Amino acid sequence: MTVHADAGRRRIEELLRDHEERILKRWLESASGGPADRSDLAGRLRDVYHALRDSLESGDTSDLRGLLADLSRSRAREGHSPTATAVAVFGVKEAVYEIVEADGGAEALRGFIWFTKIVDDLGLFTFETYAAAREKIIIDQAEQLLELSTPVVKLWEGIVAVPLVGTLDSARTQVVMEKLLQTLVDTGSEHAVIDITGVPAVDTQVAQHLLKTVVAARLMGAECVISGIRPQIAHTIVTLGIEFGDIVTKASLADALAHALRRSGVEIDSGRRTRIAVRAEEV
Amino acid sequence: MDRVPVLKLGDILIVSIQIDLQDQSVLALQEDLADRVVATGARGVIIDITAVEIVDSFIGRMLATIASISRMLDAETIVVGMRPAVAITLVELGLSLGGVRTALNLEKGVALLDQRDRRGGPRTTAATR
Amino acid sequence: MTSPAELPITGNGDVVLVRQQVRATAVEVGLSLVDQTKVVTAASELARNALVYAGGGRARIEIVHNGARSGLRLTFSDDGPGIPDIEQALTDGWTTGGGLGLGLSGSRRLVDEFDLRSAPGEGTLVTVTKWAR
Repeated sequence: MTVHADAGRRRIEELLRDHEERILKRWLESASGGPADRSDLAGRLRDVYHALRDSLESGDTSDLRGLLADLSRSRAREGHSPTATAVAVFGVKEAVYEIVEADGGAEALRGFIWFTKIVDDLGLFTFETYAAAREKIIIDQAEQLLELSTPVVKLWEGIVAVPLVGTLDSARTQVVMEKLLQTLVDTGSEHAVIDITGVPAVDTQVAQHLLKTVVAARLMGAECVISGIRPQIAHTIVTLGIEFGDIVTKASLADALAHALRRSGVEIDSGRRTRIAVRAEEV
Repeated sequence: MDRVPVLKLGDILIVSIQIDLQDQSVLALQEDLADRVVATGARGVIIDITAVEIVDSFIGRMLATIASISRMLDAETIVVGMRPAVAITLVELGLSLGGVRTALNLEKGVALLDQRDRRGGPRTTAATR
Repeated sequence: MTSPAELPITGNGDVVLVRQQVRATAVEVGLSLVDQTKVVTAASELARNALVYAGGGRARIEIVHNGARSGLRLTFSDDGPGIPDIEQALTDGWTTGGGLGLGLSGSRRLVDEFDLRSAPGEGTLVTVTKWAR
């Protein structure tokens, strides 16, 4: 068996070497979408073909895979579907088959079976590359979204706030938590407001993360106030049995700001003409 | 073993930890500080951990112990400059550093000590947690 | 590439070395700063445990893969007296060494996977893994 298989492999390698120009011509015809596409593709297919021959001899497919990955990416950019790219790669089988048929030998046929398996793998590889490239774009965008959706804003000297909008999941809450704490350090702010008015619901994990943020801020020497807790969320938190302990919570962002201002020594007099007086802190 | 230097500024002792702390250095620092508080009659101790990359339970306990000892010797301890990653890790670890006061940076730590002095209140503060 | 690395834990200085090696490997794996800090802290706790309770041990630091994810796996082993009641040892505040009793239970919270094997007289083997997000 092995002897036969080896002989088949050798025969195919010989055919690939001897009939290079003919195979490439046929391959290009079946792979290209039209004449405009042809000139660009010709060079690429030639490179791939050489890498394929090298890899058949050496068994090292890294160069070949690199070229195919490039091909897959550039074809995707040009608007070809991943299927079209894979079919283009499969096209080499047809081209080689013509040669094998002309040869007619049993060894060449046996070798062809082996060869098609390898080409199938390569076609699937271009598909995988395409999927991986897509996956990366999605991950990058998710990260950018995460960055965009969690602004930390300065409300007053020494007071920063994070207005959270939308559904909070564990990953996003963690990002917010780290960003808020880093802002406290960077700006030297001793007060932070986490406003969750725009958050429709929280689960146990998210509530725990919020809680941990407040405790971590305290360890760093800053105070956090949580504002805008909706009735449903308050209900959830109590039902889940999460202990908010001595963490300050306020109904609205305005209340939280007033609280933070008071704590940092600013007095607010809400008379007819609103007046803000700064006084020395006395706790 | 590296020893952490203790600096004196007026009636405040300042310790800035700049090395990867070995347990032995931690214990030595604890003793040094107690000695210096008594020798100088300091009213405050500020431990700057801005450069400290991790605080595990051993170092955390050291901070709490230093705070307790200093309090007994009539000086208040303030830990300043804890990094966010360190704070998050401490919370996860379950360490609350009960009784240790903290400030964002050295400047705010000094201000905290001054403020307390101006108030002329008791020199010891009850543990907040 | 330093993975896997084996480090002996025989003295206080070794705990610092383990921390530094874990930090370097965590950076290599691509853990976020917070995750680096968490895993280094866990390593510090576990290395100290080996030192305090067993008089020393070994730390193994390796990079592991699971599909597209990379992670950092730490294995701490010692030939000490072992732990008779593992559940109790994993309880917050439980200690026989005069510490805070947060070493084991706390480290477990700092990592993604935690495995503790021990029996009286047979030493202790702790394996923890932290995956890059």
